[in-house]
Amino acid sequence: MMLAYIFAALLALLALGWAFRAAGRAVTGGAPYFRDMPLSIGFGYALGAALLLWVGYAYVLARTAPPEVANKLFFLRVAVEGLVLFSVAGWLFRLAGRHIGTAASRKLFRAMPVTAAFGILTILVYAFVAIFAGWLAPFGQAEILPQANVIPGGNPALGGDPAFPLGTDQIGRDILSRLIYGAQNTVGIAFITTCIAFLLGGSLGFLAAVLGGWLDQLLSRMVDVLMAIPSLIFALLLMTIASAWAGSERWLLTVYMILIIAVIDSTRVYRLARAVGQNIVVMDYIEAAKLRGERLPYLIFREILPNATAPLLAEFGLRFCFVFLTIAALSFLGVGIQPPLADWGTMVRDLAAFINYAAFAPLAASTPLLAAGAIALLTVAVNFVVDWMLYASSGLKE
Amino acid sequence: MSDDLLLKIRDLHIEGRSDETWTPIINGVDLSLKRGEVLGLIGESGAGKSTLGLAAMGYTRDGVRISGGTVEFDGIDLVHASAGEKRELLGKRIAYVAQSAAASFNPAHRLIDQHAEGPVTHGVQNRSDSAEDGVELYRRLRLPNPEEIGFRYPHQVSGGQLQRAMTAMAMSCRPDLIIFDEPTTALDVTTQIEVLAAIRDIVEQFDTAAIYITHDLAVVAQMADRIKVLLRGDEVETADTRVMLDTPQEDYTKSLWAVRAFQRPTKPAVLTGAVPLVSVRDVTAGYGKTTVLRDVSFDMHDGRTVAVVGESGSGKSTAARCITGLLPPRSGEVLFRGEPLPADYRKRSRDQLRQIQMIYQMADTALNPRKKIGEIIGRPVQFYTGLTGRARRKRVEELMEQIELPAATFHDRLPSELSGGQKQRIGIARALAAEPSFIICDEVTSALDQLVAEGILKLLAELQDRLGLGYMFITHDLATVRAIADEVVVMKEGRVVEQGPKAEMFRPPHHPYTDLLLSSVPEMDPDWLDDLLEERGRANIGDAAIENMD
Repeated sequence: MMLAYIFAALLALLALGWAFRAAGRAVTGGAPYFRDMPLSIGFGYALGAALLLWVGYAYVLARTAPPEVANKLFFLRVAVEGLVLFSVAGWLFRLAGRHIGTAASRKLFRAMPVTAAFGILTILVYAFVAIFAGWLAPFGQAEILPQANVIPGGNPALGGDPAFPLGTDQIGRDILSRLIYGAQNTVGIAFITTCIAFLLGGSLGFLAAVLGGWLDQLLSRMVDVLMAIPSLIFALLLMTIASAWAGSERWLLTVYMILIIAVIDSTRVYRLARAVGQNIVVMDYIEAAKLRGERLPYLIFREILPNATAPLLAEFGLRFCFVFLTIAALSFLGVGIQPPLADWGTMVRDLAAFINYAAFAPLAASTPLLAAGAIALLTVAVNFVVDWMLYASSGLKE
Repeated sequence: MSDDLLLKIRDLHIEGRSDETWTPIINGVDLSLKRGEVLGLIGESGAGKSTLGLAAMGYTRDGVRISGGTVEFDGIDLVHASAGEKRELLGKRIAYVAQSAAASFNPAHRLIDQHAEGPVTHGVQNRSDSAEDGVELYRRLRLPNPEEIGFRYPHQVSGGQLQRAMTAMAMSCRPDLIIFDEPTTALDVTTQIEVLAAIRDIVEQFDTAAIYITHDLAVVAQMADRIKVLLRGDEVETADTRVMLDTPQEDYTKSLWAVRAFQRPTKPAVLTGAVPLVSVRDVTAGYGKTTVLRDVSFDMHDGRTVAVVGESGSGKSTAARCITGLLPPRSGEVLFRGEPLPADYRKRSRDQLRQIQMIYQMADTALNPRKKIGEIIGRPVQFYTGLTGRARRKRVEELMEQIELPAATFHDRLPSELSGGQKQRIGIARALAAEPSFIICDEVTSALDQLVAEGILKLLAELQDRLGLGYMFITHDLATVRAIADEVVVMKEGRVVEQGPKAEMFRPPHHPYTDLLLSSVPEMDPDWLDDLLEERGRANIGDAAIENMD
């Protein structure tokens, strides 16, 4: 029966798509776009329109219907509102960028898509929050308050408290403050880790590309061995060893974690740097520099590096996301950033049980999603920026 | 409207998108082509030849649009034709032969399968008839072993053969019109002549109309009934080939014709007993197990140009790599002013490195795209002479004056902001910055338009007279040899087959290979190809002739 309905709906959409195309042809008098349009594209338009209509209908329902219906659509409502809010923010940011700043920055913003503007805005906001966490956060990250299990939203009628706009966790720590400190811990540590990974992987990769021969073989085979082991499991294994070494020194464990993830991720950077470097090394201008008698550091840093920045920068954005997710994952599994330091991965784990209330108490269920959302938002933002940079430079052809 | 017009282009305007604005590429060009007629389109790069050629198929590249005018093929309006209508025409009635056959064939399929694809999809022939026809076409294009060659993959046949296979593929549906976009530019002279003869014969046999795009006047003189000259998107003039060659009307056309007249005065012979500047002695070298150079010896003197000539793969560039020390020879040695140079460039002193400089074929890859011109020229100045700051800047400005590029305009530009000829000049300045006594020029003009190339050659000649430099000039273009060389070294398969002063080299008797090379260079005479085929016979040109030699 269900299948019949789906089939009928698809047929209806197909008919709609056909009608759309026919109407387009009639109205525009056979403009090439409609004239050469395959039926599949007309179907796509119809399907897209139907989905859009459904989302609009569901959103109206979520705002107006009684709680037992509206609760089921709560997250859809948040998603729609978030999307609109973020696009507007990105658009406004780009608009501002087009009118403020130097001629060069204005030109940059003019050619920028909204997604990239949103990505840059988000990264700036995260950086701001991470740097000024101490001033911004209303409470300390380890501060335990008497009010536990306050629901987010700040509405006393629903179990909230205006003093804690995002609520508190099971032992009474303010979630907003912990999110803000989490930006400092998680993002800061991820940034340092990525930098180390690039320093290590990048310089070794270029070295292998320039010198070749046995050094290239040795380094590349070592990297192959490291890459052959699944990275998360490898990291877990090493972290277990490291926690034994660190003993009760919690900060030492964090240092070990940075080094372990940096080394594991530097293998990917090494491969990219080597591949990009090899393409540059065969260029005549490198040969000219070699024949001039230039030394190795000049070759690497003055001749090769400037030509490899575009792909490396793009890789830096992506690698940062992966490192960041690895840290969150390790923290979620309990071997990463150690309590009482706030960390988004740990927060997701600690509050995960609340997700069970999603069907009838969406506000309570959203507590673990706040930290998860913070992770997701940054990842998406960085990827938007990376995509745009790749497109703008078209430097990454591999 | 006359009905025998196959292609009628009227007032065509084409624009290309750059930095969010549309800049014109073609400004109102008219073109008419009768059935069975061959029209040559010539002009420098950037003149819009290829764009016009593609527009004749109703096609534009990405970011390019037809903004006005009409393209009518046999009464069909191609500008407004639907995708379906164009699909019906392209490949079937209009075909296209691209410059690089190697990049245009799908490397994963056999030649004959790709050949048969067009006729089958257009419903002209079934698979087996088309394959049979392919063999027939291969035979007519004089591909070796026509029965078997279709079963090869593109990488298994040579460049010249691939270009002919592509012509066969274009012919597979017996189109009314073929667009040839520089089909022989990437080929050696001896291979080019085979392809030219093959293309011309087959176009004549099937009475196909063709547009032949090239920048080589001598080539177009052999191929075309009429010639149209383009300059930056505008038509300069159109005339029948013979009329155009004998009495060009416009100044621009005349300047194109005059390029080939440049020739340096002959220098007196080298004094016997003079110590050569650079001397290659019995050098044998190769990569891995393959030997590329076998017992190569030749001398080069101060203030003189030695042209090293030969086909691709003959070892010209390898010889240069041995001299620079990039490829240490297996045996033999390179002497500089009588002193042996260390085989490996890493073991040479800074002064030895300074004395021998190199100018590369592709200025694009020879200049670091992220460095400003001032830095590119300034680095060797600083590196070798130790000048810094203002003194360095002054020296860079002097050098830029020598290459006739004003430092004020170019000092802070990136290589991407320069034209091909300007980049090549920067390459020359970088070599001069080291104050060398010997410069290796590796095909420095082959990527340039003729007018620009002539400018570079004149500059090099002038610098030689002023600074007394010795040049090793690697080239496969004998017109360049005529223009600039004092002595000539002819190489084939890693051996020197003949060497001597230029005047002697261009006078018979020759080594048969030299003779083949010399006779394969197209001349401006439209009857040249016919005469040559008559004289040598069709079986004795190009690769076939080389095989006959052995």
